[in-house]
Amino acid sequence: MPFGNTHNNFKLNYKVEEEYPDLSKHNNHMAKVLTKEIYGKLRDKQTPSGYTVDDVIQTGVDNPGHPFIMTVGCVAGDEESYEVFKDLLDPVICDRHGGYKPTDKHKTDLNFENLKGGDDLDPNYVLSSRVRTGRSIKGFTLPPHNSRGERRLIEKLSVEALTSLDGEFKGKYYPLKSMTDAEQEQLIADHFLFDKPVSPLLTCAGMARDWPDARGIWHNDNKTFLVWVNEEDHLRVISMQKGGNMREVFRRFCVGLGKIEEIFKKHNHGFMWNEHLGYILTCPSNLGTGLRGGVHVKLPKLSTHPKFEEILTRLRLQKRGTGGVDTASVGGVFDISNADRLGSSEVEQVQLVVDGVKLMVEMEKKLEKGEAIDSMIPSQK
Amino acid sequence: SPHHNSLTLKGLSAEEEYPDLSQHNNHMAKVLTLDMYRRLRDRATPSGFTIDGVIQTGVDNPGHPFIMTVGCVAGDEETYEVFKELLDPVISDRHGGYKPTDKHKTDLNSNNLKGGDDLDPNYVLSSRVRTGRSIRGFCLPPHCSRGERRAVETLSIEALASLTGDLKGKYYALKNMTDAEQQQLIDDHFLFDKPVSPLLLASGMARDWPDARGIWHNDNKTFLVWVNEEDHLRVISMQKGGNMKEVFNRFCTGLTKIETLFKERGHAFMWNEHLGYVLTCPSNLGTGLRAGVHVKLPNMSKNAKFEEILKRLRLQKRGTGGVDTAAVGGVFDISNADRLGFSEVELVQMVVDGIKLLIEMEKRLEKGQSIDDLMPAQK
Repeated sequence: MPFGNTHNNFKLNYKVEEEYPDLSKHNNHMAKVLTKEIYGKLRDKQTPSGYTVDDVIQTGVDNPGHPFIMTVGCVAGDEESYEVFKDLLDPVICDRHGGYKPTDKHKTDLNFENLKGGDDLDPNYVLSSRVRTGRSIKGFTLPPHNSRGERRLIEKLSVEALTSLDGEFKGKYYPLKSMTDAEQEQLIADHFLFDKPVSPLLTCAGMARDWPDARGIWHNDNKTFLVWVNEEDHLRVISMQKGGNMREVFRRFCVGLGKIEEIFKKHNHGFMWNEHLGYILTCPSNLGTGLRGGVHVKLPKLSTHPKFEEILTRLRLQKRGTGGVDTASVGGVFDISNADRLGSSEVEQVQLVVDGVKLMVEMEKKLEKGEAIDSMIPSQK
Repeated sequence: SPHHNSLTLKGLSAEEEYPDLSQHNNHMAKVLTLDMYRRLRDRATPSGFTIDGVIQTGVDNPGHPFIMTVGCVAGDEETYEVFKELLDPVISDRHGGYKPTDKHKTDLNSNNLKGGDDLDPNYVLSSRVRTGRSIRGFCLPPHCSRGERRAVETLSIEALASLTGDLKGKYYALKNMTDAEQQQLIDDHFLFDKPVSPLLLASGMARDWPDARGIWHNDNKTFLVWVNEEDHLRVISMQKGGNMKEVFNRFCTGLTKIETLFKERGHAFMWNEHLGYVLTCPSNLGTGLRAGVHVKLPNMSKNAKFEEILKRLRLQKRGTGGVDTAAVGGVFDISNADRLGFSEVELVQMVVDGIKLLIEMEKRLEKGQSIDDLMPAQK
């Protein structure tokens, strides 16, 4: 990160106490874990690419807390960050991922046939279904830290891989910096276009540097499979469609992802993955599957029920506004998705969404009729 | 190695790393060629600041609607030497042809200012002089560590606490201000916010906010110091009305006292005979001085010659909200355009003389009279 205090050669002349951030007003995972002692131990280390602990934590220092969500407050700059800074990141991962231990192993399952049901969520309630994940390309540093040259190479490799897809996946790449007005209008109308990040969680981590250089959007002609290049991760892969057929969305997701991975492997660029952390991504919250499978669903009655939060917790689901992670819900329509990323497989997580949303729609229908839902409250999954 | 990420591991070339400046309109983009970037990318200052650190703000901010921005910053005093191949031409473009061999004159003797105590308060709402100072031995806001920033704050608090008389005052640290203190500082228009301008954010100046940032002001509320905002120190003298002379007197007296106090504690301000006072943004080199007034010029502002007149008077207009804003209701912030190559006295003189003339012109236009005979020559 070129502007960080991280590459300030004088900071080690100052004592730990003088450099240790003031986290007294902070409420994020990093702030809860990073003691002065841990900071002292890590502050003179760096990854082979030169990433330091100050880089890792800058976003969490600059953003003390988030009103809707307990933020992570730290990012990786490269694959090795998770090893070099494990004294900080292992406890953060444990807190964020339900007690996941440094010795635990993560299971990957992208076989969509293992999903039960999921093709019949009520479209009167479920407006749209979507599954996304991220992938990082081995050998490059991550968006908080990568140089323009690296970012451009990632783009080049991605475009090569994606333009070789065919059948239902045949599509086109639109680089952000040379999009025509017409193309931009269309991508906005399709809800595909991603903007320069405005969230301070992302900008403070340096992910918006050099925007819009080497950023772009690829989507298939059918507009049901979309890849973002060089936004918060090297690749974000999204399968989506209107209505409640999550099964179809997940099938397309698994098949498309499989094809893309094949092509990258052929060019000797595998995805960052290991048996402990699964897929390696920029934000520790996205480790494991990196998968967020969700729906936009109308739950005006259930969402005002006093047990709504508890139900979500037990179903291992999370709610967001329909504008994305930093937004509030509008008109009783929520974005409901799996809360977990690490320690369960892709199939398991999508199963939780399918089963959980089915249940909540049933609850909503009961509440519409003025009936109680107490007997339907699930046990903790 | 000066390379702060894996480009040494990947062996990426200058072409692959050179920023795309094709949509850009700032001083850095006009100067930085591929070959220049190639030569500078292997360099670093002793503190580790690199060319990518210098230019990031200009890469991320292609152009500004109201003002030709500089598009680069310094991370420490040595930046201006190590990256002179880029910064000398930027300085030349921004500061009216200032050459690498030119010498800058410092004059903080307010007795040398002629007049300036009688700008018409029916037009001139307020008068203000500000400058910045950097403390030698510390990196600048884009690059300083938390430890350095806190050391700058500690030194500043010590120095300011020993001011007396008309300058006696108090320090308010941003991070533990009470609600009441905050409200008062807002009402006084003293409080500075966490930067929102992308020009500043992209260069890293808002890191660790609000740690080690604060405001000091005298009891009379006419002399104000910002600690660790865009520069180590910003020193401001201000008051309502048009007595620029008094504002400048206080400015010079206060600044000189502060400089003495810092020197007593073994810390000089960054200064050299070529660039004058060294500050974060190359646009503030020299005097770092912006002397200005909020002045009502509704008729002038609609006059076709307004821009030309300002130019000839070596003045600049802004909205009353500061550098990134537009004028509201015909009230402008008019200040000196120059910073480097003229002394403090010379710059304030230009403001005083120029504003006097602009008000005369405004009064003519109010009466429907011509201003042609008042047109100044290029200063």
